[in-house]
Amino acid sequence: MSAPSATMPEANIPWSLPARGPVGMYCLIAAETAIFTIFVVAYIFYIGKSLSGPQPQDVLRVPIFFTICLLSSSLTMHFAVKLLRGGRMRSFGLWWLLTIALGTIFLVGTFREWRHLIYDEGLTIQTNLFGTTYYSLVGLHAFHVTVGLLALATVSIFTLLGHVRQEHAERAEVLSLYWHFVDVVWVVVFVVVYVIGR
Amino acid sequence: MSTESIPWPNSAVTPAPLVERLHEWVTTVDHKRLGILYILYALLFLVIGGAEATIMRIQLIRPHNHFVSPQVFNRMFTMHGTTMIFFSAMPILFGFANYLIPLMIGARDMAFPRLNAFSFWMTAFGGLLLYVSFLGGDGLYGAGNAPDVGWFAYAPLTSKTFSRGHSTDFWILSLLVSGFGSIGTAINIIATILCMRCRGMTLGKMPLLAWLNLTMAGLVILAVSPLTAAQLMLLVDRYLGGHFFDTQAGGSAVMWMHFFWVFGHPEVYVLVIPAFAFASEIIPVFSRKAIFGYPVMVAATVCIGFISMSVWAHHMFTVGMSSAANTFFVLSTMAIAVPTGIKIFNWLATMWGGQIHFKTPMLFCVAFLFQFLIAGLTGVMLSSAPFDWQLGNSYFVIAHFHYVIVGGILFTLFGAFYYWFPKMSGKMYNEALGKLHFWLFIIGFHLTFDFMHIPGILGMPRRIYTYEPGRGWDIWNLIVTIGVFVQAASMLVFIGNLLWSYFRGEIAGSDPWDAWTLEWSTTSPPPPYNFAAIPEVKSRRPLWDLEHPEDPDWLYE
Repeated sequence: MSAPSATMPEANIPWSLPARGPVGMYCLIAAETAIFTIFVVAYIFYIGKSLSGPQPQDVLRVPIFFTICLLSSSLTMHFAVKLLRGGRMRSFGLWWLLTIALGTIFLVGTFREWRHLIYDEGLTIQTNLFGTTYYSLVGLHAFHVTVGLLALATVSIFTLLGHVRQEHAERAEVLSLYWHFVDVVWVVVFVVVYVIGR
Repeated sequence: MSTESIPWPNSAVTPAPLVERLHEWVTTVDHKRLGILYILYALLFLVIGGAEATIMRIQLIRPHNHFVSPQVFNRMFTMHGTTMIFFSAMPILFGFANYLIPLMIGARDMAFPRLNAFSFWMTAFGGLLLYVSFLGGDGLYGAGNAPDVGWFAYAPLTSKTFSRGHSTDFWILSLLVSGFGSIGTAINIIATILCMRCRGMTLGKMPLLAWLNLTMAGLVILAVSPLTAAQLMLLVDRYLGGHFFDTQAGGSAVMWMHFFWVFGHPEVYVLVIPAFAFASEIIPVFSRKAIFGYPVMVAATVCIGFISMSVWAHHMFTVGMSSAANTFFVLSTMAIAVPTGIKIFNWLATMWGGQIHFKTPMLFCVAFLFQFLIAGLTGVMLSSAPFDWQLGNSYFVIAHFHYVIVGGILFTLFGAFYYWFPKMSGKMYNEALGKLHFWLFIIGFHLTFDFMHIPGILGMPRRIYTYEPGRGWDIWNLIVTIGVFVQAASMLVFIGNLLWSYFRGEIAGSDPWDAWTLEWSTTSPPPPYNFAAIPEVKSRRPLWDLEHPEDPDWLYE
């Protein structure tokens, strides 16, 4: 018999396996979760341990507007992917661009907050433990938002050039998993930095 | 069964010029070639790391020896540990996983072939970066050269104040880069096993090797990522003036220990679980019996994976933790001996009543069973905090974990080399040389690591570059160093056997061991596409079913 066929004659069972894209992305998310966990643990452990000011309760303001922007970008992302699956390319493009806009507004918010802290309050990453942990944790998250935005922008460029079609919905969905993850991380960072940490 | 039906596509054509073949290897995304690249790369680092160990042992052969300076000794133990864990053990296991998993689950490649190539080259680049430190690590004030902070690089020794120059930066960056490679490979292994299995191969019908590597990959994702995070923090401290591990500014040096060992202990299981996987494939084939207690083996493995995430602070008993923390980590560490013991009994039960063929792979696996048992027993001893307070950071600890890594992992790895060499190269290895390698290595191993326990009990601390005569350590250190030379000789036999067999060995055929898993159903070496037709399985031993249609396994599973 020819070697590779280990086929049983009567074997005709149904066979389906998960798609590799989402599985790979979930694994990446697990790894990223572990990385963020370490940074969050360090942040919580060092709350109140700074030997000098400024302290978080004196300088941090709760970024409610920018948080709403980032969280709603998950919603717009969800709609965009749904529209892509339905083949409605124009609406997909608009919702996708809206997602990018909301993400960008969030980054602008981080930028303004950091500028305020550095120039007005004199808090840098070297100032004290609060500065070290704050800029590392928020910066790590902002880095992930930036990476996500670059990926989203790549997709929208392809959309404008007409290369994105209905059958790419699954790939867009994999990307949306990453984006939702980045949003969930922000919820944790928000609670730790702006609620518990103050 | 005949397996000549699908010839290698280029076999009749004259071989391509050397440059072209090299180019093919560098740009390859084929899991088999990447697997072999991983293995060869790791073997190179195994030799380098072994040379560093030999330098240390020559220095310690007698008291007040002057073979190397204290500074060089510090670099040697740092580079030896880092090289062996990150650039030898892990790549070699990833290499076997890469090569074997798609073949064993009946797939044509890994789930993400390009990610696979990316991961390998990241790991390779990380290793090069570490060794460039010998040339480029000389930073400010002529301080440093290669990293000399120990393989777990405790704070505050790694701060700018105490570690000038760039040697520590090379250490951080090389581990960061190779860490990305490891995470990429782990993602790939999980996605491959979950999404690429051939028809009929449910999770319960996978070869144990696939199950164990699935657990290993999960551990890599959960363990290497914290190390990545800790390295990022250390970079922030060193380059941006942060205070994570800076005790002068309220930071905590113990924090680094926790972060490192949250990685460091699961890492031991990242290394040993694939070793279990090799034993679980080799022992049944050479006992001519199916594995005993397959579901229990899977459950024990996953159980080890979970428990191993909660034992890390047993590396820190001597630091002085609260008694609640001590108690927790003592108990969790002892608990992990239970599933491990279950596995040992399962392997013994597999051999029990079997027709045991003592070929070289089986010899290595039998030695593994005994040695891993002893390593586990000294592990249970050290898991008790009061005992650890006495012997922590002594040569007893060194002997214990080398018993695990050499006596457990490296022995099964050699078994795996001999077992799958015919599949990878298409040639049989030389059995006489293989047995010589085994006996030399087992003598050298026991000379070195059995007797290394004794100076530890007598109070010899690790990482000292020399010692006073008359403490009762001299004779033991002499024996240990002699054992190293026997081990080195056995490595020469091993490498000689690989080379000789590759060029002169007999043709192996597709299934020289009369084994039962799918990799043996295709030609040796397998064609680029692995299987002409994707196989379909009904049991855990598809080749048994093919050869014994009157009594197939799937009737009983």
